Amino acid sequence: MAALVVLLIALTLSGGLYAAFAPADKAQADDTAQSLAIEEGKKLYQVGCASCHGTGGQGSSDGPSLVGVGAAAVDFQVGTGRMPAATSQGPQVTKKKNIYSQAQIDQLAAYISSLGAGPAVPTTNDYSPEGADIAKGGELFRTNCAQCHNFTGKGGALTHGKFAPSLEGVAPKHIYEAMQTGPQNMPSFPDTTLSQQNKKDIIAYLNAVNGDQTDNPGGLELGGLGPVSEGLFAWIFGLGALIVLAVWVAARTAKAKKS
Amino acid sequence: MSTASTNPNPAGDAAGGSRGRAPAGERLADWADGRLGVYTLAKSNMRKIFPDHWSFMLGEVCLYSFLIIILTGVYLTLFFHPSMNEVVYHGSYVPLQGQMMSEAFNSTLHISFDVRGGLLIRQIHHWAALVFLAGMFVHMMRVFFTGAFRKPREINWVFGFLLFVLGMFTGFTGYSLPDDLLSGTGVRFMEGAILSVPIVGTYLSFFLFGGQFPGGDFVARFYSIHILLLPGIMLGLVVGHLILVVYHKHTQFAGPGKTNNNVVGMPLMPVYMAKAGGFFFLVFGVIAAVAAIAQINPIWAIGPYRPDQVSTGAQPDWYMGFSEGLIRVMPGWEVNFWGHTLVLGVFIPLVIFPLVLVAIAVYPFIEAWVTGDRREHHILDRPRNAPTRTAFGAAWISWYFVLLVGGGNDLWATHFHLSINAITWFVRIAFFVVPVLVFIAAKRICLGLQRRDRDKVLHGRESGIIKRLPHGEFIEVHEPLSQEQLHTLTSHEQYQPVEIGPTVDENGVERKIKGSEKLRSKLSGAYYGDANQIPKPTVDEYKELTSGHGHH
Repeated sequence: MAALVVLLIALTLSGGLYAAFAPADKAQADDTAQSLAIEEGKKLYQVGCASCHGTGGQGSSDGPSLVGVGAAAVDFQVGTGRMPAATSQGPQVTKKKNIYSQAQIDQLAAYISSLGAGPAVPTTNDYSPEGADIAKGGELFRTNCAQCHNFTGKGGALTHGKFAPSLEGVAPKHIYEAMQTGPQNMPSFPDTTLSQQNKKDIIAYLNAVNGDQTDNPGGLELGGLGPVSEGLFAWIFGLGALIVLAVWVAARTAKAKKS
Repeated sequence: MSTASTNPNPAGDAAGGSRGRAPAGERLADWADGRLGVYTLAKSNMRKIFPDHWSFMLGEVCLYSFLIIILTGVYLTLFFHPSMNEVVYHGSYVPLQGQMMSEAFNSTLHISFDVRGGLLIRQIHHWAALVFLAGMFVHMMRVFFTGAFRKPREINWVFGFLLFVLGMFTGFTGYSLPDDLLSGTGVRFMEGAILSVPIVGTYLSFFLFGGQFPGGDFVARFYSIHILLLPGIMLGLVVGHLILVVYHKHTQFAGPGKTNNNVVGMPLMPVYMAKAGGFFFLVFGVIAAVAAIAQINPIWAIGPYRPDQVSTGAQPDWYMGFSEGLIRVMPGWEVNFWGHTLVLGVFIPLVIFPLVLVAIAVYPFIEAWVTGDRREHHILDRPRNAPTRTAFGAAWISWYFVLLVGGGNDLWATHFHLSINAITWFVRIAFFVVPVLVFIAAKRICLGLQRRDRDKVLHGRESGIIKRLPHGEFIEVHEPLSQEQLHTLTSHEQYQPVEIGPTVDENGVERKIKGSEKLRSKLSGAYYGDANQIPKPTVDEYKELTSGHGHH
């Protein structure tokens, strides 16, 4: 019994001592990791980004300044493959295959945030559907987003070949970051305009109406584009089938009896 | 028929006693005839002849889809609340829980999710409406291109035209009833068009909406227009249309044994009773299958209407698409005088909108005036044998479709990776240019086909058999056409252009020639002048070529 008590006391003591000293160590280690990430990020930046955004992120005639855009912007642009952009591009930079690992993106993000303070990468808690009000998100989406992205985020046209992309299959984190940072033609919706909760609601709404689990009670969605695709469908499959049937019925006629 | 006529053989008298009582069916028929005169009706109508051709069934597609719309519409009225009172949603569709919406929207959600069969019926109703309008479009084109609108059928053409236009507006008002964000945008669009009318626009808008848009009235008003006023008129027109079809008898394509004074085909009873009756179920089946497979107007995904919200990709149903196109491609012109703004960017499309439609309504009367032909026509034209008419029709269709492209310019842009501005400019230019090009091309094609027919009649069908003559020449053997084919290819008549006539009368006094007379002569020349139709082969030409002088 005594041995057990001694063991407990010893454990408590060592635990307590660890608790007292460990955070300092950890913070120190974190700092080093942080500066290491910045170092690594800078190297990646110089290879992949500096030709347009300038050697120190100050921007050039080919790309905007990155001072103060924040980690969220880097995570969105690189994470969706938009950056680094192709050398010759159409009216707007489109998403493509991402060639960086998440660790490399984090390093780039660390470097860019070190140039000036900006929005941080959101945490899972920020965009997970728990605690979100889907209906409120729908209302917010129709008020702020549907003008360009369509009722349920199927995308839409902008001027001169630019477009608001479809939000189908876009990671919730990237939707959050896009709202936060306003990439390309999109206005930004900082927390002062759309609160964190609002963003969460919108993401939950999109997940409900345009996600993997969305079911269409009426059948085929026909692209979710509204009356244009419906009209096309009615002409081709509705009237088309009826004309085929009319030809079939008309071809079957009663024959006069031979006598 | 007359109710006063007496039965020559009263029941139970001695002479009839030996035969016993007539079968129940006969007695029922006798009973009905005594009151409704069904025997006379049946005698004249049961053997009504309908010619066989698939394109003559397009009108049936319209009639049946109209019936389907009425049947499903009645079911929907049982559950729909045409009210704009605001309520909070507590139904079974989660992404709208707790949202404020009008009772109209709420009840449409209720129909979609909580009424048994509600969504299917709603979708059948809507798909049937799209098919109804598409069917009328194609039916009208059939009548147009075959010249079936000529005397005595001009009035029926106008009836059909009115049905198409009323169908458009019935569709539009129905589409607006759920009070969803998409249709609300459409109603807003309409309000904008009304407001653009000089002087009275604002008053008209206030009158229609009972005050400032959207107000609390328009759903209830559109409801009575949609379910009572317009369908009531349409039903009357449909009945009139059908009575006239029976009265005029059906047209037929030219062929041996078919004249302007007969109809060759199958009788209503029993052949067409079975065919047409069966076809109703086929139409219903196809539309129900489409409605079961494909979603239409998912108002739950669209959300309730709020005037401060709008979505991209907001288009009307296809039959209103050309008006959307007119607005979308019109430059945003605006003039301001003495403090009054005239929004030409909206008002000009509003003026062109009816003109696009009226162009097809008045065509039969224009053609009748140009030809000066007052005879009845029951034999249909092949489109190639009326090149100018066919070219007009094709040009109109191209015009309509150019506007449809304009109405969907955003979807063309996103799906074909084009610039929406470039599409808009294309439509602006194409609005004027494409119909002209299509007119010219269609006319050339018709004339080419006429030449081919002429060739076939005179030289026979190319058999594909190559023959080598003794002196080494290769020739293709042409097979002469059968008598029936020759008749079919040459039975059409060709008009001669109208001449103005002598410009001086018998006393040498110059006659005043009216402008309309000159215009008519010019148009007639363009229709039937030298280069505008290929003279059909004459008997002499045929005889000369086939009189056995070897090969030509």
